[in-house]
Amino acid sequence: MSEEVLAILIMWTFIFVYSIFGSIDFGAGFWAMIYNNHRTMAGKIANRFLSPTWEITNTFLVLLVVAFVGFFPKGAYTLGTVMLVPVSLILFFLAIRSAFMVFSYSVQGYRRTMFIISGISGLLIPSLLIAVLPISQGGFIGVDGETQNLLLEKLFTSPTLYLYVLFGLTSELYLSSLFLADYARVSNKEEAYRLYRSNAILLGPLTLLSALFTLLFMAPESRWLIDNLVDQKIWFVLSLAAFFIAYGSLWWPKQNRPGIGRPRFTLLATVAQYGLASIGYGLAHLPYIVYPDLTIYEAFTATETFYSLMIMYIVGLAILTPGFYVFWRLFLKDKRYLQQE
Amino acid sequence: MDTVVLARAFFGTSLGFHIIFATLGVGLPLMIVIAEIIHQVKGDNDYAIMAKRWTKAFAVLLGVAIPSGTIVGVQLSLLWPGFMEIVGKVISLPFQIEIFAFFLEALFMSIYVYAADRLPRYFRLISVFFVALGAVASAILISAVNTWMNTPDGFKIKPDGTIYDVNPWDAFFNPSFLSSSFHVAITAYMTGAFAVASVAAFKLLKKRPERERAYHLKGLFMSLAVAFLMSFVSSLSGHHSAQILHQHSPEKLAAAEGLFETQRYAPLAIGGYTDPKTEEVKYGIEIPWALSWLAAGKFDTEVKGLYEFPRETWPPFYVHTLFNLMVGVGVVLLGLAAFALFYWWFFAKKRAKSFPKWLLWSLVFSGPLSMLGIEFGWVFSCSGRQPWTIYRVQTTAEAATKNENLGMLFLLFLFLYALLSVLTVLILTAYFKRNPVSKDMERISG
Ligand code: HDD
Ligand code: HEM
Ligand code: HEM
Repeated sequence: MSEEVLAILIMWTFIFVYSIFGSIDFGAGFWAMIYNNHRTMAGKIANRFLSPTWEITNTFLVLLVVAFVGFFPKGAYTLGTVMLVPVSLILFFLAIRSAFMVFSYSVQGYRRTMFIISGISGLLIPSLLIAVLPISQGGFIGVDGETQNLLLEKLFTSPTLYLYVLFGLTSELYLSSLFLADYARVSNKEEAYRLYRSNAILLGPLTLLSALFTLLFMAPESRWLIDNLVDQKIWFVLSLAAFFIAYGSLWWPKQNRPGIGRPRFTLLATVAQYGLASIGYGLAHLPYIVYPDLTIYEAFTATETFYSLMIMYIVGLAILTPGFYVFWRLFLKDKRYLQQE
Repeated sequence: MDTVVLARAFFGTSLGFHIIFATLGVGLPLMIVIAEIIHQVKGDNDYAIMAKRWTKAFAVLLGVAIPSGTIVGVQLSLLWPGFMEIVGKVISLPFQIEIFAFFLEALFMSIYVYAADRLPRYFRLISVFFVALGAVASAILISAVNTWMNTPDGFKIKPDGTIYDVNPWDAFFNPSFLSSSFHVAITAYMTGAFAVASVAAFKLLKKRPERERAYHLKGLFMSLAVAFLMSFVSSLSGHHSAQILHQHSPEKLAAAEGLFETQRYAPLAIGGYTDPKTEEVKYGIEIPWALSWLAAGKFDTEVKGLYEFPRETWPPFYVHTLFNLMVGVGVVLLGLAAFALFYWWFFAKKRAKSFPKWLLWSLVFSGPLSMLGIEFGWVFSCSGRQPWTIYRVQTTAEAATKNENLGMLFLLFLFLYALLSVLTVLILTAYFKRNPVSKDMERISG
């Protein structure tokens, strides 16, 4: 494997991990808004998960940017230039959301308003984030003299963008419902579990449909990607299989007890489903970071920097792993935290 | 305004905003650790209450520190794409390590805040310790990038801009790394301590039950002790930073001092302003020989003046004022902390008198003043580097984005920063009004 491919593989892994955790995080914010004061405690549960974790998810987003700059500086140059407006909007909403989430924990009086603000921004941010995909597929970047810029008007009037947004939002809500269903089950809140499960039942097919439409209505400039995607069809077949297994498992009987569904299994199988599809999409996208001007080979960093970064990843992960373990024990497993009223 | 100026104003504002929260984010955890340690050693519950209340304030501030930090981090690529392309190749290492520091801080912060009641005592101490460690490490690491911009090292560049012979560790440990990042960390500790002293002094201004007065006095004394120590060390380390300037960025030192002619026995100019017409410092006090002595410890040290360098690479003249203001803040605050401690030791403690009102009021202003010192310091460091973004490698104009949509975005973010500032103040006052110290005291004793 060449260094460039190794770097994009790591990058892609980070993006994938963030897209799962980010979906769960933003989705949980949305559900916390919807089910604020709901009798099933569904909102409380979403919040209980969110309070200690959002900061870590946010750090992951920063990691994405930093890793990208470190591995593909030229890519940072291009995307930094082109994405000024959409990324600034993301930053704006992100700041509002984080601040209001923390504030709502501190003052009781305005909780409702704060929940609404953080919930709505939890839908806007992923919609803007996913816009990177259609942009990277080509057709939305204009060149004017020496500088590149984003064709905002063309982007915002293109159906491709909206289909991607639809796909992103349904996936966000589907994944977060599944996650919260599992979290509710571990917390012994059967009613909240049922609520999230029925949301997932509704959302699952919607994600599939929106994915299908996104592919069908891809912009003409993305022809190259469609051709490549067809070559990678095996991954999508596997992914589809994973979807049906996962979705079906919503009806499996609970282990050794009356009750329905195995949320942990469903969640993991769904993550596998998205993982397989991401591999297919990623392979089809190579070697382009932004079509047609920027490939991973052109954008790659200095070799010495690459190796010192690799060493740091290994050392950093080794140091942090125990911390993550303690964290997981305390907030995702400890009954005293999960089962409080 | 042209795009480069707008980009500079935009970025400077974002950083100037972030740094307020970031500095407290480094300074407060140290105070919390110290309070926790005193609590565990002495068993005095007041210190546990302090730690708890400061943590609350810290958590709210973090709610702004983190998103504003995310903003500056991403804005580096948006506003300075040309700069980040070189950064990515040469100095991405500290950025990368910083992420681990963030993770460390975020993990243990959540543990300390949301799981405190389920943790054994010693583990609570470990968690705050890691929070404090993560915070100071991230400050030092980000400073590494800034020091590299001031004294770039660890790579070579061809005339066409191709970068080769990269050594990431040399870039990291560039000549000014140790002195500047130490200075950043110490001044953050100093500011955190003065911020706590401000609040304690403010509380002591009003009449309160004896029990509460005692509590606030403990907080005041503890923070003054830390503030005094840190102010002292920060002036030493600032002095060291200036010596590094003398060696590695002579035009910055010359501009800071308004020195035009290269000379031995150079005078130190305090106050006044640099007049661009006559090219001299007006209305300042000159201390003969002092600059030469400060720059390298000998009176006959030759200090380079601005005439030594091409005019188009001169830093702006106002950095002389910024430098004076920063140093002034340092000297005033060192004096204030020393005086307050002295007063406490000889008058308040022995004769059971309380602090006079004027002294308390001066202490109330010490926190904001220290924060101003931080702002002056950064603006001095960054604009004193002009016209370079990377000293003698890349100019600010080359680094800046060519995108012309900055104006509206700048306004949007100004609105955001104003909103967040107002909300932070409102939330903090609302929370501490509803949960006064007396309530925490009852909870612990009852
Ligand atoms: C004096 C110290 C200091 C300085 C000079 C800076 N920061 Fe900062 N920053 C911190 C001290 C700090 C901190 C106190 O360590 C924070 C606050 C909360 C946290 O987790 O770390 C932080 C947060 C923070 C975050 C959020 C991390 C997260 O999501 O957890 C980012 C991305 C940055 N910073 C990036 C920057 C950049 C790009 C800077 C300059 C160009 C910068 N910071 C200057
Ligand atoms: C008392 C004497 C002080 C001296 C002689 C001093 C000196 C310096 C010098 C020379 C620099 C520039 C370093 C560079 O550009 O590379 C600097 C930067 C800075 N100073 Fe100070 N300083 C003093 C006090 C303070 C105080 C009191 C604060 C804040 C409370 C402060 C905060 C900063 C900050 C944040 C920077 C920018 C970071 C850096 O480049 O190091 N300084 N200082
Ligand atoms: C956190 C405290 C900081 C503050 C308050 C600050 C402030 C400023 C200001 C006011 C400017 C505009 C300069 C001018 O227009 O004259 C500026 C420029 C800049 N700073 Fe800093 N700075 C800080 C730290 C840093 C750090 C740590 C970095 C590096 C990662 C950095 C990178 C830059 C860049 C790239 C520019 C634009 C190019 C330039 O004007 O040189 N700054 N900063």
